[in-house]
Amino acid sequence: MIREITIGQYYPGKSVLHRLDPRMKLVLTFALIVVIFLCKSFLSLGLIALATVGAAALSKVPPKMILKSLKPIVIILIFTAILNIFYTQGGKTYFEWWEISITEKGVNTAIFTMIRIVCLVVISSLLTYTTTPTMLTDAIERLLSPLKVFKIKVHTLAMMMTLALRFIPTLIEEIDRIMNAQKARGADLETGGIIQRAKALVPIFIPLMVSSFRRAYELAFAMTCRCYTGGEGRTRMKQMKLAGRDFAALFVCVALTAGVIVLNIFFEAVI
Amino acid sequence: MSEKIIEFKNVTFVYEAEEEDSVEKIPAVKDVSLTINKGEFVAVLGHNGSGKSTLAKLCNAIYEPTEGTVEVKGIVADTEEKADEIRRIVGMVFQNPDNQIVATIVEDDVAFGPENLGIEPAEIRRRVDDALKSVNMYDFRHREPHKLSGGQKQRVAIAGVIAMQTECIVLDEPTAMLDPMGRDEVMQTVKRLNEEMGITVVLITHFMDEAVQADRVVVMDDGKIVMQGKPREVFSQVEKLRACGLDVPQSTELCHVLGLKEGILDVDECVSEISKVLGGAV
Repeated sequence: MIREITIGQYYPGKSVLHRLDPRMKLVLTFALIVVIFLCKSFLSLGLIALATVGAAALSKVPPKMILKSLKPIVIILIFTAILNIFYTQGGKTYFEWWEISITEKGVNTAIFTMIRIVCLVVISSLLTYTTTPTMLTDAIERLLSPLKVFKIKVHTLAMMMTLALRFIPTLIEEIDRIMNAQKARGADLETGGIIQRAKALVPIFIPLMVSSFRRAYELAFAMTCRCYTGGEGRTRMKQMKLAGRDFAALFVCVALTAGVIVLNIFFEAVI
Repeated sequence: MSEKIIEFKNVTFVYEAEEEDSVEKIPAVKDVSLTINKGEFVAVLGHNGSGKSTLAKLCNAIYEPTEGTVEVKGIVADTEEKADEIRRIVGMVFQNPDNQIVATIVEDDVAFGPENLGIEPAEIRRRVDDALKSVNMYDFRHREPHKLSGGQKQRVAIAGVIAMQTECIVLDEPTAMLDPMGRDEVMQTVKRLNEEMGITVVLITHFMDEAVQADRVVVMDDGKIVMQGKPREVFSQVEKLRACGLDVPQSTELCHVLGLKEGILDVDECVSEISKVLGGAV
């Protein structure tokens, strides 16, 4: 079971979205998130929602998986909707009773905010569905490389991230092994109150820490043996090159932004 | 054959183990002199704590000798630059495959070494593909290392060294954590490296049947070299090996116990020897 762990939520595929340069994807995702917050009218938000659905379709990630990414935010969605309905007042009144009144503006704001959050989550999970953590780390390293000017060790940070990703499954396997070993000796991990259970974890985490340090030590040896001396003078096998599709994606996003701005100007603002 | 690649001259290595208020000095390697020639396949045998792993780490300047010198193609690692130069000649594979793989994708891991050497991207690509093909792992190049078996991971680690195009590869008990099938895969790969690609191999092991396949066997005990020679010469001295806390291959032992010819190395030889005694009945 443990062998099946995949880090992050990458969905393997060969769609256009998968093949986009990860740097471009990262930048465009951030840009689109900003654009989502620029939307003022239902029409401009509709444009973005349409684009989001289009991107999801292009990615060929099954809709089921995309809906799954929305699951954790259902509560947030309901909560914001309720707050908006009751606290935003204005326009026609649909319902009034005692201190509570539901108005046109309240309902509109609630719907608007919900669509906005859904778009936000879908767009950012499309990034992680179509990009492996390794590619993302690489992209971050390359995008941040100008920071070298300020003596920030971008390469070292990226290497630490890669190693952390690499060792997550290994350490999970290790925890599993230690837990079984302790259970075999009669450790009780499942019963008792919260404090008792926390105490039961101590004999799991101490061996884990010890072995992690030993692993780190050996890994450092192995890296030295392979002539690793930091980022200086290193080359990369996989070069990142912007292709036609990357510029096409950039163009689409610029067009979207322009569309949103125009629609904002000519149509009535909801928020 | 006679060109030296690694030369140990009277090497002593002392560990400093810090106790609560004193520093205990434990000598792991004592006054060892050893020459490894280019193209050779040398197996270093010894039980736990015999100093064989320390010997491995002295080969590529991970450890610095306390006394004596280790020369790799005439280079002594007295500065960090020279140590780096040595590591371009002598590559190393460790016991635990999990602790030497750095990337989350097989081909990226193999590329790690060449990337550190600052080689051109296209050339790295070529070397990575060749290296993966030579250990029969090319079809797994896009896989994640943690989903591979132990033997496969160890072959990826070997590919990582091959891609650096080192002349010599030191393997520190590469099969100790593997199942019999994984051990077989790794040993076949190691033999092929030596025979087909002409890479010098130093194999640290405590498995007799692995040592049998080498050109030369070096037996270590208590930090010293106690025996050295062709596998047949070494394994014919059953009692002496036992004194070092080592077993001999089963076939060797059987013939020894039966009082037949000494220095039998594998099952086939054993069978033919026994059938000879029985008058060709088997």
